[in-house]
Amino acid sequence: MVTQAPKIQVDNLTIRHGERVALRDVSLAIRPNEVFAIIGPANAGKSSFLKALNRMDLFTDKMEVAGRILFNGRDIRTLRNLYALRRRIGVVFPLPVGLPLTIYENVALGPKLAGVRERAELDAIVERCLRLAALWDEVKDRLNDYGSLLSGGQQQRLTIARALSQSPEVLILDEFSIAIDPITTMRIEDVLEQLRSELTIILASTSIQQARRLADRTAFFLDGRCIEIGDTEPLFEGGARDARTRRYLEGRFG
Amino acid sequence: MSDRTSPFARDTTLHGDCDRRDAAWYIDKGVEWLLFLGGISAILFIIGIFAFITHEGMGFITTRFDAGEFFTTQYWTPSDEYDPEYGILAMLAGTASVTGLAMLTAIPFSLGAAIYIGEFAGERAREALKILVELLAAIPSVVWGFIGLSVMNPLLIALFDIPVGLNIVNAGILLGLMATPIMTSIAEDALKAVPDRYREAAEAMGATRWQVIYKVVLPAARNGLLGAVLLGVGRAFGETMVVLMATGHAINIPDSPFDAVRALTATIAAELGETTAGSDHWGALFTIGILLFVITFLINLSADLIVRGIRGK
Ligand SMILES: Nc1ncnc2c1ncn2[C@@H]1O[C@H](COP(=O)(O)OP(=O)(O)O)[C@@H](O)[C@H]1O
Ligand SMILES: [Mg+2]
Repeated sequence: MVTQAPKIQVDNLTIRHGERVALRDVSLAIRPNEVFAIIGPANAGKSSFLKALNRMDLFTDKMEVAGRILFNGRDIRTLRNLYALRRRIGVVFPLPVGLPLTIYENVALGPKLAGVRERAELDAIVERCLRLAALWDEVKDRLNDYGSLLSGGQQQRLTIARALSQSPEVLILDEFSIAIDPITTMRIEDVLEQLRSELTIILASTSIQQARRLADRTAFFLDGRCIEIGDTEPLFEGGARDARTRRYLEGRFG
Repeated sequence: MSDRTSPFARDTTLHGDCDRRDAAWYIDKGVEWLLFLGGISAILFIIGIFAFITHEGMGFITTRFDAGEFFTTQYWTPSDEYDPEYGILAMLAGTASVTGLAMLTAIPFSLGAAIYIGEFAGERAREALKILVELLAAIPSVVWGFIGLSVMNPLLIALFDIPVGLNIVNAGILLGLMATPIMTSIAEDALKAVPDRYREAAEAMGATRWQVIYKVVLPAARNGLLGAVLLGVGRAFGETMVVLMATGHAINIPDSPFDAVRALTATIAAELGETTAGSDHWGALFTIGILLFVITFLINLSADLIVRGIRGK
């Protein structure tokens, strides 16, 4: 295997919410164009970790991040233009967030903010992203309806289309399937399969099967610590080094 | 960076450079500063106004002012050349009685309207009523005063067989109607803030609509409703034109709702223009102004804290 410079490298990351420590001294590296899954029970620190990656901690009261995060080798705290970083990292939240805009505008928003004016170009971006998110066929005749009129599963795919609209280098998905039905979940997993060679995908999931289906490598978080990281298949085939990981993967936990 | 074309044509021109601050970055900073100025200007204005009225009142407060006389006597004869007296007890009583009656009028109207709009009205009726309530809030106070003089005055004379209809009842009812719109909107916001799942859970147990409102919605909205009433008090307390026109403007400690009275605000409005700047009379009026400022400030502050209480929970 060729060693590549990591896409994202995290060194000694510790995250606090006020007094409560959400993440303790986590160090790991995420490779370019891999699918990296973080599994672990609720409150393991998965969301806090993901939030730190594009400095969403700035919107969260009392959230403090210590340690170092390198994006393409650069410490993200030293960037002079944080917004440019956020445009390179797409985020999908657990609950679908259809912005109060039309379906078209939901997807065109990012490119418009970034200065795309040409209608034809915007049309092309919107169609491409909706197709990538497997939503195009369902909404192509109603692009001017409000995004909030879509079903939950459709809104989640709309969120993915929107996240893709700025051609991100990294796509972060935090438990994207907890609020949607199994069929939509499968469709989104297919979408991620198609995208996997094109960008780096980091997903947090409480479903170990989802991680197994999608991820090249999987990290197991528990109580704010990264217990183990490994290639997904060996890890699931009983190759986990840590007993806690094995127990969790066998579904005998807690 | 890859730029393969299918299926994910990466268009990196959208990204911008993480190390270059583009126009959008600077606009963001500029807007932040402007908004900051806007935000603190409110504070500066309040401090400025308070400093001004305090400065104008200070000459009087440090010399002629006597708290005992000021707050506990009812003789207000500031233009008496030989023995001016500065007692505001009658005006305090006037303001309090008119404000009290205003609340007696406004509370049932505004809570009733808010409950109807928030809990019973259908979509259409709700929107129509909200627009009407807002229109009501937009009526200039001098128009209310005009109604007091030309409608309420003869009406009260005819109904109650009294010589003059400019009194506590007249001004109190008008002030109540004036305070109703703001109280209605705030009360309605408070009801709207009660989550629907509370209503559903209670209704699923077989509670009637009124039982749900009475047992679940109103208790849950209690703080917001109290805040609405307090803001109404503040609104009525500070109103000037209506009380100037409809109370009879007579210095008098009332013993009947049909007595004419005089309000603190109306006194300032009526007398300041004919007073020499810097005189004792001038200073006394500004001292009343300080009192009004402090009381209004406290009312609004407590209303705000109470309303915030519900949000915090
Ligand atoms: N905004 C917050 N304020 C306070 N505590 C928080 C906040 N977000 C997360 N936490 C705490 O941090 C810990 C990790 O939470 P989180 O990162 O959401 O884990 P996960 O996504 O794995 O469930 C938990 O103990 C949680 O209670
Ligand atoms: Mg989470």
